[in-house]
Amino acid sequence: MVDATVNAQSGPRGPKPKRVISSTNIIIYGTLFVVCLYYLLPLYVMIVTSLKGMPEIRLGNIFGPPVEVTFEPWVKAWSEACTGINCEGLSRGFWNSVWILVPSVIISIAIASVNGYALANWRFKGSEVFFTILIFGAFIPYQVMIYPIVIILRESGEGITWFLRLFNEDASAFRLMGSLSGLVIVHTIFGMPILTLLFRNYFTSVPEELFKAARVDGAGFWGIYFRIMLPMSLPIFVVAMILQVTGIWNDFLFGVIYTKPETYPMTVQLNNIVNSVQGVKEYNVNMAATLLTGLVPLVIYFASGKLFVRGIAAGAVKG
Amino acid sequence: MTYSVEIKQLDLAFGAVKVLQGLDLNINEGEFLVLLGSSGCGKSTLLNCIAGLLEITDGQIYIKGENVTWAEPSERGIGMVFQSYALYPQMTVKGNLSFGLKNAKVPKDEIEKRVARAAEILQIGPLLDRKPGALSGGQRQRVAIGRALVRDVDVFLFDEPLSNLDAKLRVDLRVELKRLHNQLENTMIYVTHDQIEAMTLADRIAIMKGGQIMQLASPDEIYNRPRNLYVADFIGSPSMNFIEGHLEGGSFKVDDMVLPMDGYDFAAPQTADRPATIGIRPEHVVTGELVPNAPLQFTVDVDLVEPMGSDTLVYAKLGQHPFRIRMDGQAKVTVGETIAIGVDPSRASLFDKATEDRL
Repeated sequence: MVDATVNAQSGPRGPKPKRVISSTNIIIYGTLFVVCLYYLLPLYVMIVTSLKGMPEIRLGNIFGPPVEVTFEPWVKAWSEACTGINCEGLSRGFWNSVWILVPSVIISIAIASVNGYALANWRFKGSEVFFTILIFGAFIPYQVMIYPIVIILRESGEGITWFLRLFNEDASAFRLMGSLSGLVIVHTIFGMPILTLLFRNYFTSVPEELFKAARVDGAGFWGIYFRIMLPMSLPIFVVAMILQVTGIWNDFLFGVIYTKPETYPMTVQLNNIVNSVQGVKEYNVNMAATLLTGLVPLVIYFASGKLFVRGIAAGAVKG
Repeated sequence: MTYSVEIKQLDLAFGAVKVLQGLDLNINEGEFLVLLGSSGCGKSTLLNCIAGLLEITDGQIYIKGENVTWAEPSERGIGMVFQSYALYPQMTVKGNLSFGLKNAKVPKDEIEKRVARAAEILQIGPLLDRKPGALSGGQRQRVAIGRALVRDVDVFLFDEPLSNLDAKLRVDLRVELKRLHNQLENTMIYVTHDQIEAMTLADRIAIMKGGQIMQLASPDEIYNRPRNLYVADFIGSPSMNFIEGHLEGGSFKVDDMVLPMDGYDFAAPQTADRPATIGIRPEHVVTGELVPNAPLQFTVDVDLVEPMGSDTLVYAKLGQHPFRIRMDGQAKVTVGETIAIGVDPSRASLFDKATEDRL
């Protein structure tokens, strides 16, 4: 009896060991490896090519590492590459994109979060109808709205000019069409349906009693928003930020339509550099320019990894 | 005299669904009123209306003689405690307690004083700097009560505050709530579906069904003189035995038995004969040597026995009718046995079969 107890205690303990090499694991890791290769190989080729000089590229070995590492293509892509008669490189497009991105992201998230909060917690008359219309907006193809928006931007620019001239007869004409602020407005509007949905779903998941308690405690619409809801919803703000930053940074269509050459965002400029048909194709410069353009979304993803997953799980599941 | 809370002809409808209809309720100063009912009866809805969290369709609500029908929740002089505690997760306990006071722009030293007082009453002093996530369920509910306490309100509203706690803690906090009420002497309105909580805490109980108040009376009255069949069935565990029969000339007749209802306190003199239902509580049935003293005596066949320690619950058959009896825990009863029981008609309840109202 005593021996039996001792044996039972000194016997093997802990969870049942698992075999590392099982057929399931081989399939899982094999698939993952192939998928990784599929996505990483082009990236590898781009990086390697961007570090080579043109003579080396002409040899034709695209997978070979650079014999002589040179950063000249990067410098050229950033500050010397030509689009048409303009030879300032991508840098101008980069700053244009930044000036488009920052206000668009801040304004669209600020408005959409309040929208979502109001729709989730302050059910007003007709709020369901309003929400349905907003969501419907998410399914309308962009192409349908391109020309109407051109007209709206042009006309409202003229309207603002007229308004300004009421106070100052010499005020210069105010233009929304072709300006950065016009593009900011367009991005803000187009971000609204999906962001509002995102925020509404997140705020709906916040217990209703919390909201009621805050009302009994005398907090109003903005008090509850800023002091109760905002501190609880960091993850969803990060998700919204990532969605907007990547979406707006990668946008090409609106950028090329609603701006003009001096205000082209980085993506449009990249296209103009890579697709220019004059002279020698500088593959290394093109690769460097493309990598430079993709750097911003890449950094955002890496910096926010865990929060992004949390936010997606919290906000996007319920409809 | 002015009531603490006065509700006049309250209507509430969500679209076409009428949740509350023509509801009148007067609550006295310092009273502990419990709204009791099964889920969906409108008790929480009524509480939310009093709090101002739901916009009512019609009617008026007065608190301390003042018409607050259109007032904001914070202006009504109420404090509310929720089932899920509803503590602000990003604030400390102290932040939770002082949030309402800061919104009301109470001076800082006054906030300190009130928080300290609430912390002392509820014994949460050592927890003031913790976040709600680091508290146990009982502690959280104490903080939630504290949040209502610091606001120095006239009326406390409780929305099933103990439902999320485990059984033992629930009993402890129930006792504490009663003590708190004795100490503060505030008006308290308490929503629950638990009849033990209702019976132990309430000065008066309002039993609700389908958005209407079935009976509003003291726990004693509700238990001993239920106004209708629903109330009689709802209160008491195990619930009352009901046997359908006829009331003829002051006697209740069922099958071939005649039960003279001597000593029964009729609500109105009975003239006409009518179909009726008699209700007898399982715990009002006597057995053993007490039977010879009982005015009415029967024999029943035992079907099933449930020993519960302090009591023994016996499922029996009185003729064709199932009949539950609550006996002493020490009683020895076996299945299949025939036992003698005694019933006192003055402790029974009679209901009209058609209207289900007490006779």
